[in-house]
Amino acid sequence: MFKKFSFAALSFAFSATSSFAATNITWWHGMAGRNGEVINEVSKKFNEAQSACALTPVSKGTYEEALASGIAAFRSGEQPNILQVFDAGAATIINAKGAVIPAEDLIIKAGHNFDRNAFIDGVRYFYADSEGKFVGMPFNSSAPIMYINDEALKKAGVEAPKTWEEFEAVAPKLKEAGYIPLVQSQLTWQFTENFFSRNNIQFATNNNGYDAVVDTQLKVTDPNLIMMFDKLKAWKDEGYFAFYGAGWNDNQKVFEEGKAAFWIGSSGSFGGLQKTAQMPFSATFLPYWGSIKGAGTNSFIGGAALFAMSGKSDEENNCVADFFQFLTSPEIQYFYHKATGYVAITKAAYELAQKDGYYKEKPVAEVGIKQLLLPAGDWSKGYRLGFYPQIREIMEREYGRIFSGETTVKDAFDTIEKEGNELLARFAKTAG
Amino acid sequence: MSTATDLLPASRGGTGTQTGGRRFGAFRFFGGQSKSGGEGVAKRVQFSSPFLPYLFLAPQLAIIFIFFYWPSVQAIQSSFYLEDPFGFGSTFVGMTNYTDVLKSGEYLGIARFTAVFTALVTFFALSIGLLLAVKADGVIRGNAAYKTLLIWVYAIAPPVAGLIGMMFFDQHIGPIVELARWFGWDIKVGLNYFDTAFSMVVVSVWKQIPYNFIFFLSGLQGIPVSVREAAAIDCRSGFRRFWTVILPLLAPTAFFLLIINVTYALFDTFGVIDVMVKDKAANNPITLVYKVYMDGFRGNDLGGSSAQSVILMLIVFVLTIFQFRFIERRVHYN
Repeated sequence: MFKKFSFAALSFAFSATSSFAATNITWWHGMAGRNGEVINEVSKKFNEAQSACALTPVSKGTYEEALASGIAAFRSGEQPNILQVFDAGAATIINAKGAVIPAEDLIIKAGHNFDRNAFIDGVRYFYADSEGKFVGMPFNSSAPIMYINDEALKKAGVEAPKTWEEFEAVAPKLKEAGYIPLVQSQLTWQFTENFFSRNNIQFATNNNGYDAVVDTQLKVTDPNLIMMFDKLKAWKDEGYFAFYGAGWNDNQKVFEEGKAAFWIGSSGSFGGLQKTAQMPFSATFLPYWGSIKGAGTNSFIGGAALFAMSGKSDEENNCVADFFQFLTSPEIQYFYHKATGYVAITKAAYELAQKDGYYKEKPVAEVGIKQLLLPAGDWSKGYRLGFYPQIREIMEREYGRIFSGETTVKDAFDTIEKEGNELLARFAKTAG
Repeated sequence: MSTATDLLPASRGGTGTQTGGRRFGAFRFFGGQSKSGGEGVAKRVQFSSPFLPYLFLAPQLAIIFIFFYWPSVQAIQSSFYLEDPFGFGSTFVGMTNYTDVLKSGEYLGIARFTAVFTALVTFFALSIGLLLAVKADGVIRGNAAYKTLLIWVYAIAPPVAGLIGMMFFDQHIGPIVELARWFGWDIKVGLNYFDTAFSMVVVSVWKQIPYNFIFFLSGLQGIPVSVREAAAIDCRSGFRRFWTVILPLLAPTAFFLLIINVTYALFDTFGVIDVMVKDKAANNPITLVYKVYMDGFRGNDLGGSSAQSVILMLIVFVLTIFQFRFIERRVHYN
């Protein structure tokens, strides 16, 4: 034991001295398991590709924990160079003026070119400011897509639906064939945020919160959204939809076991599903409503972005810029895409994957990126809402109450809008 | 809490001796008057310098100051501010954080659940622990095996206990869910408020029973054999003997455990709850301390979460005073 320890200490000391000349930068992230290993591999590739900078990735647990530690570290002046922040936490860090250096400024200052158009459309705006300048560097991006149980469709003799109207038409046949027609894993991300993006409907005032913090208000009492949840409730009562609570895996499991026909998951679920699914499966886009005019636009990106924290020396900042450049190179993007199932974020990387024949071999891997590449609408670019993780918690609570019959859909959304707007007003005060 | 456990062997040795052995040092730790008179007086230690005792106390005081008083002062301070998480802007808002919290129906609902949850967990953990201790104390053959089996659950860390509990109550594979289905009860943890609350109480009680068992058992063993024998001659009903002789003699232990169990239910069940709700509280029941965590660490609302933790601090303060003033009066140490 002691021998092992001293060996580790020795090798640590050695590695520290060997990179003596290089500028050290740190990267705090919220990935664990296989995805965490891939981050270490990416960092290793970066350190091997050049000698001026030495990057050390540190796992801080979950997304929430990474953000909380990043904040605590910033307050005591010990912040890392790079912090990974997830989609729902984006407003927290972007609205804290002076906490981060916008990625675009950083890269240009370091003497690199920066082309916004190199990124695929769905990725381009989410972590950008209202003028489109990249504040965060998109890193791991995913899209909510619909996985299909091929066996169920064959048995029921139906086709996968593109719209919810088509779903309503095939659901009775799937039920008759002995399947649960539909399950999903995250009502907030898949049926609320991305309901607004896929159907091109405004989510919040002030341009979905991009233009200002003050007086931003949710628009979740939109009749279309209420219609969506009325339908879900009705489908559940008729046995076309099953709900197993807010936990992701409780809902996914039913699909893995081959009991459900369709499951709304993440494009990033693909890797794991290949191992756990007990039947052949394919995937398609998250359905939208054919009856809503202008629907069928791209979805928001889920996942997380990397932020360059301020208060660091120019040398270190240049290293961060170098790393961002490295990270967006087609080869690294393609490697990351294949290793994790997250979508490639640049057009060049997508083309490389196509040319390499990756999607011929694994067509499901292309669904997420294709959905992000769909034409954008006015309201499919993103949202910027403060205290959003808490607003999501309110939604989860109310959605749970809808399906347990404790409240009506209309009342639930009234509550979400009221409590959500109170939180937004509170956030406006903190940011003021 | 570990201080109390450390004192355990001392109390165990007291089987045949006088009442002194039954008195837990833990009461002194809690600031209770130990009313030590007569035979059990500790040896008085003389220090050569008046500063020496303070020197010995310094590490403990430093730890209490750094990890308790300092954060408490900070929490009280930030509860009056609305703050940007990164520390750029902070606005003094007076009592707004408190009024916002206390006006919220959601928060009051959580407070109500916390009260019910604490009462249930404390009651069942104490009564089942006592029952098992009394029964184990009566067993003559193979009692070591029984005791070990009952105690070892205590070695399980709360999140692991939560994890095991969650597996028992899993919607898809849980054996308890299967069992309940036989009786026509479809348990849906994470979906149904009552079912989730039920399983949280069960797992939290299960986790705490061994702890109570250890203390009750050593308390029982501290009761002099002579007293028991005298009682046995006077009264034939075992239940009545227990009620009138054994239980009053166990009162100091029970009082100590009451305080420990209330704090356990209020704070230490965090791990169990976190695992049971799987990171997504949704419409499931949660306790006040979990709400502090959700708003502070997940939501980054430092002011609101600080106000909540100050409220929690006050609740515990009032509860402790109440227990010492009104319940401890009825407890006789000698």
